[in-house]
Amino acid sequence: MPSPSETPASAAIVVRDLDVGYGRVVVQRDLRFEVRRGTVFIIMGGSGCGKSSVLRAMIGLLPPLRGEVLVGGVSLWQAEEREREAVARRMGVLYQGGALWSGMTLAENVELPLAQFTDLAAGQRREMAALKLAFVGLAGFEDFYPAQLSGGMQKRAGLARAMALDPDILFLDEPTAGLDPVSSRRFDDLILELRESLGGTVVVVTHELASIFAIGDEAVFLDAERHTIVARGNPKTLLAESTDAAVRAFLTRGEPAAAY
Amino acid sequence: MLRLEWIGRDTVCVRLTGAWRLHERLPSPNEVEQALAGNRELRRIALDASGVATWDTGLVAFVLQVLRYAERRNLLVDRDALPRGVNRLIALARAVPEKLLDGPDERPAWVTRLGLGALAISDATLASLKFIGEAALAVGRCARGRATFRSIDLAAVIQECGPSALPIVSLISFLVGLILAFMGAVQLRSFGAQVYVADLVAIATAREMGCLMTGIIMAGRTGAAFAAQLGTMRVTEEIDALVTIGIRPMEFLVLPRMIALVLMMPLLTLYADVLAMLGGALVGVAVLDIDATQYLERTTHALTIRHVAIGVVKGGVFGVLVALSGCLRGMQAGRSAAAVGLAATSAVVTAIVLIVVLEGIFAVVLDALAL
Repeated sequence: MPSPSETPASAAIVVRDLDVGYGRVVVQRDLRFEVRRGTVFIIMGGSGCGKSSVLRAMIGLLPPLRGEVLVGGVSLWQAEEREREAVARRMGVLYQGGALWSGMTLAENVELPLAQFTDLAAGQRREMAALKLAFVGLAGFEDFYPAQLSGGMQKRAGLARAMALDPDILFLDEPTAGLDPVSSRRFDDLILELRESLGGTVVVVTHELASIFAIGDEAVFLDAERHTIVARGNPKTLLAESTDAAVRAFLTRGEPAAAY
Repeated sequence: MLRLEWIGRDTVCVRLTGAWRLHERLPSPNEVEQALAGNRELRRIALDASGVATWDTGLVAFVLQVLRYAERRNLLVDRDALPRGVNRLIALARAVPEKLLDGPDERPAWVTRLGLGALAISDATLASLKFIGEAALAVGRCARGRATFRSIDLAAVIQECGPSALPIVSLISFLVGLILAFMGAVQLRSFGAQVYVADLVAIATAREMGCLMTGIIMAGRTGAAFAAQLGTMRVTEEIDALVTIGIRPMEFLVLPRMIALVLMMPLLTLYADVLAMLGGALVGVAVLDIDATQYLERTTHALTIRHVAIGVVKGGVFGVLVALSGCLRGMQAGRSAAAVGLAATSAVVTAIVLIVVLEGIFAVVLDALAL
């Protein structure tokens, strides 16, 4: 049994014996997996299986019922407050609905984390915010308020904010949900491009099959009925080789005979 | 860190070394601009990042600024010695941006602003009148038993704006009665007429203070809550969902709130009257040494059914005002968190202004009718 701080150097995140739930209701139990550095890791599963709850436990928003989450070797739920903050600073999160602060312009949304955690001068912060917005195709939208944008644009602005501090680990909660196929494809390309150029690890919670196959290096499948991980590995390999009925149904959209 | 090296007369090499990360202190591109400003023979800038140990988007931002500077001066930039990731990110950032929508405009001239302001006022007035009209129609349908709302919603709102408001109404009314008695006593004592404090407190609370204070409390407490509830329901598209299944939000949401306040406000006003008179009595008996029976006798003598009825009717009318302004502002709210806050504020302000204005009108009319 390794000691809590002992993690393989290649692992960005280690999840150990994690039970996630609310009060007495356990949504997912006995979760064990590692997210390797520099990979795109997918947490997939049907609606309501607890994907987002697991993500919330991984980013420090939902205290787990049992087990631990190690990010860069630091236990998110047992470390000192200051250590946790230092870890949190290296994570960027794109929330499901974008969660942009509606009272701020896009530039201000991106600048706030920079102002909080760096010594950059105001002009440099503004420059960085404009750059991050340009990455996601929103150059020129710096002074818009979130309410003035379409849903897809809000999501991309949310991604720009998640990347404000060039995080080592980017968490994306349903990044392409609600986007049309073309936008969703572009969003996937964008994530891959940013990962290629900047390095870093990406953890994606999603049930969009196209995205899963397009960007996923590795995946875990959370089952809603058995309340735990029932399959893991590369999504394409899983599609070809998994014998689990639930996994097959999910990856083939419920048509056991058809290949995706 | 960065260093400038001249290669020939027309080329400068910008050598970047060390760590280029957001968390470190980043050199400003202005350094480069200043160093090159006076040079007229410069044709080419070569960027060399082979000495950079670690980098993130801090480096990308720097390079982009140098590129913009070079474009302004028509210089060639050699980017071959930059990390591949940096060049890819620059390509990404410079990809054709999305077509701009109607964006934040320039500030218009004052005449335009004046005109727009006037139009906005007339629009808002029309919208309010329309809302009041729709509310009246909804009341009509309700009277004919054709309005759609759930009685459980009505009960919940009644609970919320009736019994739940009792503690704050008690506290405020009691204190107002106390203050009235004190203020009156100071004046009446100089005529040796402090026993009339009872008359003063009874008439003032029954006619004016009871309903006025209750109205203001309910505007702050319940009117704001209505606006926030309905505003949030707009943000989350709950109101749209009602409309699409053919339910009128005016009946389903506004009507129960109006009915609840119209029912509760007169009762709360009566309750406030009693509490204020108790407060007055406390001052009368304990501070002014008026006999308790005498105080009670003066009070019952001064208090006529007319005074009480005027207060209660006004209370009911204020209830309509609070409900209407709360619901109106909530239904008009924009679709963001900030807009819901604005709606709540504006509901309270609207309700209080209307209450005070109507109080004035009542005073003039009642005086003219010699009531």
